[in-house]
Amino acid sequence: MTDPKTLSPPSLETHVAEHDETFLDANELVINMGPQHPATHGVLRVILRLDGEKVMGLECVIGYLHRGVEKIGENRTYTMFNPYVDRMDYVAAVSNGLGYCEAVEKLLSVEAPPRAQYVRVILTELNRISSHQLWLGTHALDIGAITPLFYTFRDREEILKIFEKYCGARLTTHAFRIGGLQYEVYDGFERDVKNFVSFVKPKIDEYEGLLTTNRIWLERTKGVGVISGKDCIALGVTGPVLRASGVKWDIRKAQPYANYKNFDFEIPIGLNGDTYDRYLVRMVEMRQSLRIIEQAVAGIPEGPIMAKVPKVMKPPVGEIYHSIEAPKGELGYFIVSDGSTQPYRMRVRPPSFVNLQALDIMCRGQLVADVIAVIGTLDIVLGEVDR
Amino acid sequence: MGALVQYIQSYLSSDLTPGAAGNWFWATVYVLLVFVGLSVAVICMNWLERKILAHMQVRLGPMRVGPHGLLQPIADALKLLLKEDIIPAEADKIVFWVAPFIVVLAAFTVFVVVPFGPTHAITDMNIGILFMLGVSSLSVLGIVTAGWASNSHYPLIGALRSSAQMVSYEVAMGLAVVSVILMTSLNAEGTGTLSMIGIVRAQQAQGMWFIFKFFPLGLIAFAIFAVAMVAETNRAPFDLPEAESELTAGFHTEYSGFRWSLFFLAEYSAMIAVSSIAVTLWLGGWLRPFPNLLSGATWDLVFSLFPGLAFLFLAGMCFFNVARMPKHPLFKIQTIGLAGFGVVLGLIGVILFVPLVRDRVGDIFWFSAKVAAFMYLYIWYRGTFPRYRFDQLMKVGWKVLLPTGFAVLILTAATAFFEPSVEQWLRHIL
Repeated sequence: MTDPKTLSPPSLETHVAEHDETFLDANELVINMGPQHPATHGVLRVILRLDGEKVMGLECVIGYLHRGVEKIGENRTYTMFNPYVDRMDYVAAVSNGLGYCEAVEKLLSVEAPPRAQYVRVILTELNRISSHQLWLGTHALDIGAITPLFYTFRDREEILKIFEKYCGARLTTHAFRIGGLQYEVYDGFERDVKNFVSFVKPKIDEYEGLLTTNRIWLERTKGVGVISGKDCIALGVTGPVLRASGVKWDIRKAQPYANYKNFDFEIPIGLNGDTYDRYLVRMVEMRQSLRIIEQAVAGIPEGPIMAKVPKVMKPPVGEIYHSIEAPKGELGYFIVSDGSTQPYRMRVRPPSFVNLQALDIMCRGQLVADVIAVIGTLDIVLGEVDR
Repeated sequence: MGALVQYIQSYLSSDLTPGAAGNWFWATVYVLLVFVGLSVAVICMNWLERKILAHMQVRLGPMRVGPHGLLQPIADALKLLLKEDIIPAEADKIVFWVAPFIVVLAAFTVFVVVPFGPTHAITDMNIGILFMLGVSSLSVLGIVTAGWASNSHYPLIGALRSSAQMVSYEVAMGLAVVSVILMTSLNAEGTGTLSMIGIVRAQQAQGMWFIFKFFPLGLIAFAIFAVAMVAETNRAPFDLPEAESELTAGFHTEYSGFRWSLFFLAEYSAMIAVSSIAVTLWLGGWLRPFPNLLSGATWDLVFSLFPGLAFLFLAGMCFFNVARMPKHPLFKIQTIGLAGFGVVLGLIGVILFVPLVRDRVGDIFWFSAKVAAFMYLYIWYRGTFPRYRFDQLMKVGWKVLLPTGFAVLILTAATAFFEPSVEQWLRHIL
C-alpha cells in the first residue's frame, strides 16, 4: 500500500501534516522502533520518520513471528490442524477455534448441536472479555498508567480458571472440536460463570474509575489516532476500531453465526474514531458480552454435545469462507478442499494484520508518544499478524 | 590539645550551623552524615517504592531476599556494582564517563544548605534558596551530556525532552519560591531572607506555615511548586524522558551497572532534595505541627515522644508480621531476621525516649516525616496517573503554571504591601 522508498501517503483521505516551513533545515530522524521494544506488543518493528517528535511517516516491518501456520494447515488433516489455530491470536484462542470449527463444519455441512452452541458462545464471550482486559491493561501501561494492568490481570485470572476447569488449558485452550465439543461442561460450570459475571461487573466500573474521566487519560487519547469510517472500510479495518469510527458492523449481528441471533445485545459505536472512542467501545463491549453470557448461561439446553462427524474427514471438493467477530475484528477462514483429508489451501484472514495497515494514516502528523498509544489501541497480537 | 577539644566543642554550644560557625570538624562530620544518611534513605526509598506500589497494584512486591524483601535493595546494589561496565563503542567516552557524576554531584550538593534543624545543617548560606535552585538545575547538564554522549537515538530524544522539561518547569518553580521570599519579609524588622534557616525562622516568628499564609495564595504557590517539582525530577506523570513504553529508558538507555545506579541514586536524592525545599518553604521545615495552637511544656513533651513512638510502631509492625510468618522450617531464618530487625527498631525507639536524645532529634524527625510524606505522594502519583505527552507537558508548564505563578506572585506582593494598612484602616473604622 505504501511505497517503501518514499513513504508517500496512501491514496486515501489522510491526516498528513502541512509542510513545516521552519528556517532550520533539520534532517529527518529515522528511528527503528522494535522488534525489541517494550511497547510494540511483541515483535513488531516500526520504522519511524521523525521531524523532531512529529511523525512524518512510518512503515511496519512484520514477519518476526512467522511460523507458517497456513502452510502447516495444508499438511495436516482437518482435525490435526485445530490446535494450531489457538497459537495465532493466543489471547483469544477460543475465538480462533470457534471460527475454524465452524468453517470446517460448514464445509462438511454439519451443524453443532444446540447445547454445544450455547457453551461455545459462553466460552467465546468470556474470551472476548479476557482479550479486552488484556488490551486495556497493556494499552494503559503504554500510556503510562501502570496500575490498570494488574487489576485487569487479577480479574482475567478468573476467566482463565474457568477455561482451565473446562478443558485443562488456560491460554491455548483447544476448547472446541469440529462438530461440537469434546467435553461435557463440568459440574458447577453455570455457577462459576454466573459468579464471574457478578464478580466482574463492579471490576469494570473500577477500571473506568481509574481511566474514563482521568484528565491525563483524556488528553492522551482524545483526538489521537483519528481514522474515519470511510478509511476504515477502504483499508478493511474491522472490529472495535471500525465501530469506534461510527460504522455499525459486527458480524455477530450482520451475519449471525453460532447462535448469536438468539441473544439480545447491542453494538456500541463511537463518533470520532479516536483512541478514546475505541476505549469506550471496548468497555461497552465487555458489558455487552456479560449480557450475552448471562442470557446464554440461563438457557443452556440439554442434549448431545457432538454432531455426527465422520472419523476420517473428507469434505467434498469446494471452497468455503467463514468469518466470525473475534475480539479484534473479523477473523475469517478460507478453506479449499480437494476432497482429501487435508485442505488444499488454508487461508486465515486475521483482524490484527489487516488493522495494522491503518497504523500509518492514524499516526501521520502526530507525536512519537501517540504512535505508542495507537499501536496499543489497535490491539494487535503479533502471533496473529505474522501467523 | 586543649585548643582542639575547645574547637570541637565550640559548635556544640553555639546556635549556628557548623558551616556558619566556621567549625570545619563538625562540618565534615555533617557532610559525611548527610551523605550516608541520603544513601540509606535512597535504599529505603527503593524498597518502600516497590512495596507500596506493589500493594497498590494487588501484588506483593519483593518477598524473597530477606524477610518481606528487606534485603532486596542491597542485593540489587551488589548486582549493579558487580556488573560489567559497558561503554558503547561509538560513544564519546569521556563525556559518557563524566555525565552520571555531574548528575549525582548536583543532586548531593543541594543538601549543603538543607536545614534538618535550627543547627542541624552543613551550613547556613545567606543565599541558601538561590544556591539550591541553581545547583539543582545543574543536573540537566549531566542529563544532556549523557544523552548526547550515548550516540544513540533514544537517549538523544530522552535528553532533549528532559532538558526542555526541566528548564521550563524551573521558571514556574522560581516564581513560587519568590512568593515565599516575599512572605518572609513580613516580620518585625521588615527584611526578607534567602537563607533556608531564615525562612523557617520567619514561619516560626509569624506563627504560621507559609502554606496557610494569605490563604489561598500560599496554598496555590505550594501547589505550583508541588507540580513543578515532580516535573523537575522527571517522575510520573511527567516521566517522559524515561518513558519506558516510548523511549525504552530515555537518556540512560545505554548505561548499565554502576553508572546506571548513579543515575538512580541521583534521581532519588533529587526527589528528596526538592521535597526538602518544599518542606522548608511551605511546611515549616523542622517545626513540629501546631507550634502555636498547642504550645506549652506539656505539648512540647507530648510531641517530643513522637519519634520514639514512630519507631516503636514500626517495631510492632515487624513483630506482627513475625507472628504471621508461616511456621515452616524453611521460613526460620526469615522469621529470625524479621524479629531481629524489629528488635533493632524497638531499641532505636527506646533510645529516642531518653530525654537527652529526645530534645536533639525532634526537629530532624519532623523534617524527615514531612519529606517522607512527599515521597509517598511521589509513589502514589506513579501508581495512579498515566503519562503526559510532551506537548501537553509543555502546555501545563508554560500556559498553566507560569501565568498562575505570576498571578500568585503579584497578589502576594500586593497583599504583603497593603495588608498592614488595610488592617489599620479596618481597626480605624471598627
